Amino acid sequence: MVLGIGYRFIARYSILGTNSEHNTIMNKRILFGLIIITIMALVAILAPFVATYDPLEMDLSPEARLQAPSAQHLFGTDNLGRDVFSRMVYGTRISLSVGFIAVFISLIVGVFLGGVSGYYGGKVDSGIMRLVEVMYCFPTFFLIMMVITFLGPNIVNVMVVIGFTSWAGLCRLVRAEFLSLRERDFVHSAKVQGVSDMRVIFRHILPNAMAPVYVSATLSVGGAILVESALSFLGLGVQIPTASWGNILTAGKNYIDFAWWLTLFPGMAILITVLSFNMIGEGLREVLDPKLKERKG
Amino acid sequence: MRRYILKRLLLIVPMLIGISLLLFVIMHLAPGDPASIKYGLNPEVSGSARANFSTMYGLDKPVLTQYLLWMKRFLSLDFGRSFIDNQPVSAKILSRLPATLLLQGVSLLVIFCIAIPLGIISAVKRGSVFDRVTTILVFIGYAMPTFWLALLLILFFGVKLQLFPVSGMSPWYAAYMGGFARLKDLGWHLVLPVAATAFGSLAALSRYSRSSMIEVLNENYILTAKAKGLSRGRVILVHALRNALLPIVTIVGLTLPVLISGSFIFETIFAWPGMGRLGYEAIMSYDYPVVMGVGVIATLLTLTGILLSDILYAAVDPRIRLGSKK
Repeated sequence: MVLGIGYRFIARYSILGTNSEHNTIMNKRILFGLIIITIMALVAILAPFVATYDPLEMDLSPEARLQAPSAQHLFGTDNLGRDVFSRMVYGTRISLSVGFIAVFISLIVGVFLGGVSGYYGGKVDSGIMRLVEVMYCFPTFFLIMMVITFLGPNIVNVMVVIGFTSWAGLCRLVRAEFLSLRERDFVHSAKVQGVSDMRVIFRHILPNAMAPVYVSATLSVGGAILVESALSFLGLGVQIPTASWGNILTAGKNYIDFAWWLTLFPGMAILITVLSFNMIGEGLREVLDPKLKERKG
Repeated sequence: MRRYILKRLLLIVPMLIGISLLLFVIMHLAPGDPASIKYGLNPEVSGSARANFSTMYGLDKPVLTQYLLWMKRFLSLDFGRSFIDNQPVSAKILSRLPATLLLQGVSLLVIFCIAIPLGIISAVKRGSVFDRVTTILVFIGYAMPTFWLALLLILFFGVKLQLFPVSGMSPWYAAYMGGFARLKDLGWHLVLPVAATAFGSLAALSRYSRSSMIEVLNENYILTAKAKGLSRGRVILVHALRNALLPIVTIVGLTLPVLISGSFIFETIFAWPGMGRLGYEAIMSYDYPVVMGVGVIATLLTLTGILLSDILYAAVDPRIRLGSKK
């Protein structure tokens, strides 16, 4: 999916590309991010082949538990004698899917509300903006914790809840774009031709407002992964025995006096993944910026 | 100015109603009523005892009535009593609030003292080694799972070096220590939680002050000041800095929800006896009145912070103040 978006940008913007360094799409950051994310995605898809052990297989004999990293167990074993490397490989699936699906949900909500708000203005707009303000002022993590606990901690709820609590930024962004675009000639001519409001919003204006949305959505994927790992860490996300990077860290905290590897490796995985998404997002911002300036000027 | 503040104060009311309604609806969407969650697995609690529990906390009434009753009590700052120990919720929160305010206040101070100079120096020396290094650090800061950072701090400074205490706010023997020793001990306990809490917002704020400073440095009046022959230091520290700091004031408002969200995680990790941990424990034990109380107080704290930063902004920037009079 990221690759798809990436290459669509390559196709679209390299035509515009002059010789200036910012206009060439093969921005170093994007490239770096894409490579890491592609590797992560492959690991997630091919998890059964990459993992060296069964991630759920326990070995409770004293010598098998909490083993330090070695040739047999690359990242060591946890308190139940499970191979940490294999658990992390399967955890990749959780993190990536939560990241993408949660952002997809928040995209739908944010773009829809932002578009409607910016297009119609007036009472609709001020109503939606109040809602956005509530979302901004509320410590969202508390809300997420609450909903997950009360509705049951499982991966689907985690995705849905993160999606439904993280659309406020996107909504504002889309609204701002719509406010400037709705006065443009092509919108007026579409309206004069009798095109329906929804069609004007989604077919005529939205495609022109997507550039900053792509940037913000890419950055949000990283954010969603961070929230999911924090939830799993607190025991509110993906439930054991299913492995996720966050819940390996829970064990890491409980055995922090003896087993540093339980803490170090999953955290590194989260950091690198989020860093890669942020790099793609920042890279896209750099690439798209000339176009944004041109439009405003 | 007074009208502006009043207008902003009035906006808090619909916000609080919205948020408390949201919390209420979520809790009542949850499957199972509190009585059966608390006693459901206990065969010794009879049906009538459960019904008593429900009547006692008004859980047998329709949801809307319950909300209105809650609202009525809330107006007199009464959040009801905890399901777990039957203590008044307001007393429970009040006893936990100072610890949270201390942690957040110190963190905010640390964030400002580090992030603003970092951003300003980066802006002035744009493109230098310093700027590039901070840019990389900021990038890592944005991607850092801060709860993991907290674990690393515990691992390194607590377990390996045994330098700082890793949990709690004061040891049991604190009551026997002298005033100064107690203060020092408290400071010692604060180091790791503050480091973990502050880190997440450092990146955003230093980036923000950097771009704010760069914007100001491109203004015409800076050119004028330079053309007048003022020294570089004077131009930067007097002319540019003052104007660059203005918009940073509003960032406090955006930092607060992040800090308070963080308090639920960090206070749990560091066993800090604050409101965040109370909220976490209340959620985990389905203690609805406490959850409502913590949610509303956390929101109120955030709103107050945002309001303060708005007022401060209006006070220092006449454009905002005069604009609002129209």
